[in-house]
Amino acid sequence: MSGGPQTSRRGLLGLAAGVVGAVAAGRAAIAEDPPPAALPAVPEDATRVLGGGVTPRSDRSPFESPAVSPTGHVSGTAFSPLQDFTGTITPTDVQFQRHHGGIAQIDPTRYKLLLHGLVERPLTFTLAELKRFPHVTRAHFLECAGNGRKAYREPTPELTPQFIDGQLSNVEWTGVPLGQLLAEAGLKPAARWLLVEGGDASVLMRSLPIEKALDDCLIAFASNGEALRPAHGYPVRLVVPGWEANISIKWLRRIEAVESPAMAKDETVRYTDALPGDLARQFSFVMDTKSIITSPSHPMQLTPGMWTISGLAWTGRGRITKVEVSTDGGASLGLRPSSSAPSLPRRRRGLCCLGAGTAPPPP
Amino acid sequence: MISTLFLALLLGCGVDAPAPTAPTASAPTAAAKAPRTYAPVGLGSPATAEEIAAWDLDVSPSGEGLPAGSGTVSQGQALYAAQCMACHGVKGEGGVGPKLIGPDDAKTGFGDDPKIPKTMANWWPYATTAYDYIRRAMPQHAPGSLTPDQTYALTAYLLAENRVVGADFVADAKSLPAVKMPTTVKFVPDDRGSSTVVR
Ligand code: HEC
Repeated sequence: MSGGPQTSRRGLLGLAAGVVGAVAAGRAAIAEDPPPAALPAVPEDATRVLGGGVTPRSDRSPFESPAVSPTGHVSGTAFSPLQDFTGTITPTDVQFQRHHGGIAQIDPTRYKLLLHGLVERPLTFTLAELKRFPHVTRAHFLECAGNGRKAYREPTPELTPQFIDGQLSNVEWTGVPLGQLLAEAGLKPAARWLLVEGGDASVLMRSLPIEKALDDCLIAFASNGEALRPAHGYPVRLVVPGWEANISIKWLRRIEAVESPAMAKDETVRYTDALPGDLARQFSFVMDTKSIITSPSHPMQLTPGMWTISGLAWTGRGRITKVEVSTDGGASLGLRPSSSAPSLPRRRRGLCCLGAGTAPPPP
Repeated sequence: MISTLFLALLLGCGVDAPAPTAPTASAPTAAAKAPRTYAPVGLGSPATAEEIAAWDLDVSPSGEGLPAGSGTVSQGQALYAAQCMACHGVKGEGGVGPKLIGPDDAKTGFGDDPKIPKTMANWWPYATTAYDYIRRAMPQHAPGSLTPDQTYALTAYLLAENRVVGADFVADAKSLPAVKMPTTVKFVPDDRGSSTVVR
């Protein structure tokens, strides 16, 4: 199952780009970035100064500032700083964001989810009602369908992991299985698809096959232990594990059971894959296996000695069972990560594994 | 260039994949297994006809969901200049928003050249999708503000500028589903079925 052909081209590019950056920097000492001048002074010796009092929310150290980029737009992508992360869970506030009509502001007390169409009982649910259902908590990655496109089309050594594959996040979701809501309304046998639609300014709509809806989709109202943030669909979003994230509708407001897909803009004009021979793949939902080395990566500078290689591997097609690292351009694989991906058994189609390994630095 | 450097590391990933299912037009699935069944627990309120009508926005390729009303190409031209041009360009060439008008763009070779713009002249498979999308999301700064007549007129204008229909075209619930789009692309169901390619 391992080996060159199965390795993501995008992952490889990312990988190569990162390492090229590292080497281009030569043997210069790793720059211990001096803290920017604006940072508050810290005591010379923290054992001799009484620390600060507790605040309502604990902020990051002023020396740490992971950030999505770019910001300010209402239609487009903000990439997640993969190189700043360790482990597999993405910090809530720096998940990637992809919007089509800005970030919707929704009053949870007026929130309502409509479920209708080919069902026995068309229903609406308030947020409070949704939370009363039996719910589950599971980690799933979300990845934009276009993740890695820039690195694939226009690879440059200066691309950081953030801009190679940063349309990727992995958080722990809490929500009601979509199958539970469908049982509540009583799905009619003719229902083959669900139209799922957001309550944002783009009223984003996609068509979801019923098999997937009944399999592992969640109506999520929380992530990483707290209410969703507006940027991620507050108060309620759909989570479709392992599939292109465009269908994990944020600010979910309507679900309609239907016989055939809507042929919405984002499943015909966009989010289809042009192929040679004037074919275009449609409803190509599943995200394939990919990986990226997040460290070392551009613009890190390495000195001789021990360095740890770390990165991420993920797939919408099952479970990552093995991660291998090669330091000779792929001629041989085998450097098995020391804290390896398989030791992090996340749910099938829900994983985003860390493969950390050690290797001698490039001479 | 990158590959000539000796140092490319390679991450190989083993995947425990469910057996790929044959792609079908109706419902691609990732795994063939019996879905979990759930029992109703008695939550939720009956949705009223008004609640459904207020939000049931989608228009299907067969025209289901299209409201009463109609619009002409010339009405659409005036509306386009007033409400769309700022973002989509004087001639629909694109700006803040994507290019909308491109009758002279290439009609083949999309798979080899991602830069060929995809417009109603060469790519969109259904005219109804334009009505559906403009009604729900455009103009981007005032979504939901267009009347059915205005939406029909704008759809008619964009179809005519892309030379899909003639200048005398009148868009309504009957004419739109009957429009034959000139797309040269054949849309096919997902045929990957394994993890040897990437998405
Ligand atoms: C404020 C800027 C703005 C205005 C005004 C605007 N649009 Fe758009 N339009 C956009 C953006 C941005 C997108 C891409 C949205 C996305 O991310 O999905 C878009 C997408 C579209 C698309 C889909 C095109 C494609 O190929 O994906 C159509 C059709 C469209 N607009 C029509 C209109 C019409 C008709 C009007 C006038 C009523 C209009 N727009 C006014 C910004 C605008």
